[in-house]
Amino acid sequence: MRLRRAMLETKATGQVEIYGLMAEFDTPESLLAAAERARQAGYREMDAYTPLPIEGLAEAIGFRRTLIEKIVFTAGLLGATGGFMLCWWMTVVAYPHIVAGRPLNSWPAYIPITFESMVLVSCIVAVIGMLMLNGLPQPYHPVFNVKEFERASRDRFFLCIEARDPRFHTEATREFLESLKPLEVMEVES
Amino acid sequence: MADERDDSALMDTAVDPGPDKVIGSGFDMGSATDKIAGVVYRPLLKTPKQMFIGFAVAFALVNLFLVAVTFLFYKGVGVWGIVIPIAWGFAIVNFVWWIGIGHAGTLISAILLLLKQDWRTSINRFSEAMTLFAVACAGMFPILHLGRPWLAYWLLPYPNQMWLWPQPRSPLIWDVFAVSTYATVSFIFWFTGLIPDFATMRDKRPNTLAGRIYGMLAMGWRGSARHWARYQKTYLLLAGLSTPLVVSVHSVVSFDFSVAILPGWHTTIFPPYFVAGAIYSGFAMVLSLAIPVRRWYHLEDLITMRHIEAMSKVMLGTGLIVAYGYAMEAFMAWYSVGTYERYAFYNRIFPQPGTYWWTYWLLILSNILIPQLLWSKRVRLNVLAVFAISIVVNIGMWLERFVIVVTSLTRDFVPSSWGMYYPTFWDWATYFGTIGVFLSLMFLFIRGIPAISIFETREVLHHEVAPSHVGD
Repeated sequence: MRLRRAMLETKATGQVEIYGLMAEFDTPESLLAAAERARQAGYREMDAYTPLPIEGLAEAIGFRRTLIEKIVFTAGLLGATGGFMLCWWMTVVAYPHIVAGRPLNSWPAYIPITFESMVLVSCIVAVIGMLMLNGLPQPYHPVFNVKEFERASRDRFFLCIEARDPRFHTEATREFLESLKPLEVMEVES
Repeated sequence: MADERDDSALMDTAVDPGPDKVIGSGFDMGSATDKIAGVVYRPLLKTPKQMFIGFAVAFALVNLFLVAVTFLFYKGVGVWGIVIPIAWGFAIVNFVWWIGIGHAGTLISAILLLLKQDWRTSINRFSEAMTLFAVACAGMFPILHLGRPWLAYWLLPYPNQMWLWPQPRSPLIWDVFAVSTYATVSFIFWFTGLIPDFATMRDKRPNTLAGRIYGMLAMGWRGSARHWARYQKTYLLLAGLSTPLVVSVHSVVSFDFSVAILPGWHTTIFPPYFVAGAIYSGFAMVLSLAIPVRRWYHLEDLITMRHIEAMSKVMLGTGLIVAYGYAMEAFMAWYSVGTYERYAFYNRIFPQPGTYWWTYWLLILSNILIPQLLWSKRVRLNVLAVFAISIVVNIGMWLERFVIVVTSLTRDFVPSSWGMYYPTFWDWATYFGTIGVFLSLMFLFIRGIPAISIFETREVLHHEVAPSHVGD
């Protein structure tokens, strides 16, 4: 959708719509410092791209907390309840069957299945939840339009200030990014 | 394209930095990425020739497996040596052996992650794959052993017109849940770890078929800081969930035995001793695979003596727990004053014609005596010695399961129901066949997927440069 709209607008105005401006750094430390500076300068709509997780970087770009723990906790609770209720229902309701004089609801014997269901459901939900919160799978993203970006999965570190930020201004933001002493500043086509 | 130069110079040399370093000197993030990705992106004909030979042997065994299974399906389980009372035979011995081998993978990737062990990186991906393939081999045996394997789905609780449900008080049904959960979670853990590396593979060769396939698997991963934050939290949660899972799976497997009243099975030491044994055999298998592969691909600077020594120590430690388990079995046989329990134990250890006593002593030799050599640092630093010991332990752990399953079943309470078990050609063919399946999958994995976690190697390098990050 976005791509088509961008193409139409390009046709109409002869100009390329900008997703944002991207600065390339060669160390994690310089990227971290740059992200903090950008936040102090009032930019909010930005993201940093790195080939490895960097401690403190998410906080520096203003990302506070993830929902994932809560989602996984809920999933675990549901999985455990479901596993236990499955055993209980099979042995008490659906197919009551007295074995060695034990009560129908012989709950200690249900614990292994309860535990395994808890782990199974929470692990599946953890990964699917993480991918969904991250918006993956995502076949197209503008940052990949930048040629240099293929080193974001190798040994380079990128900061992208997005055009939707209210303080974004092509010239002023470019100047700001240049002042952070990156290797290069690039335009990201939408 | 990030690199069009030939990586072969980088590929053909490697210096082991010794037992103190987890990574060789002279690596930066770029060159480490190139080296690990280069193992996969090598031209097919430049694959080390040992890989071709190894794969040929393994693939021949796969074919043997297919023949054995076809014959089994055609004739029924009678082609195996199983008789009453030894109805379990090789199928269950192999099941327990394989699932035990799988345990090292999750231990390395989950428990060592939580314990912040730096030597976990560079072997975790590899051993997770090993887990996955070992569990696949393990899972086949109970199904092949069913007699009517096409009815395997009856083990699962699902609404059916007979309104019959599985019995959730039985350890055999716990096993269905434990093993299938374990297989699924191992796959999820492995795949999640691979996502950033698939992105690396995609970016190294854009616009090629391989690059596109990796691109689809990477699902558009772009290394955003927000994504990493959620990713790391998820990875930690998966590790936290997998840690009790590893312990539970082999405990449940041990319940298959210990919940029964058969002398030699009905023992409370089984769960911890099975878990320790599983980790023991799993580390042995990681060493048996990692030592040749690191040599063939010249990865001595990524899988260093530090890794090999640390794994040897884990092997030694878990081996001692296993030894304690054997000692406790002997002690309880004496202390319980149970006639049947004592007899089962005597039958295991005292030489009598027509019994399996020698398997017990072979097992003591290979699981307890020989691995004690690992107390010596000189042995731990000798790659060939460690490799030999790891093979011995693999055999020993198989013998342990043989002793537990077969020896106990041959002599139960009433002498009129005693019997002997002799494996047939088809027993061996199925067993070696699964080894072939396992090795073939490992060879294909090493060729097609980065066998060492690239982004975690970058983290190791980052922490080496900035040591202040370590431990926070």
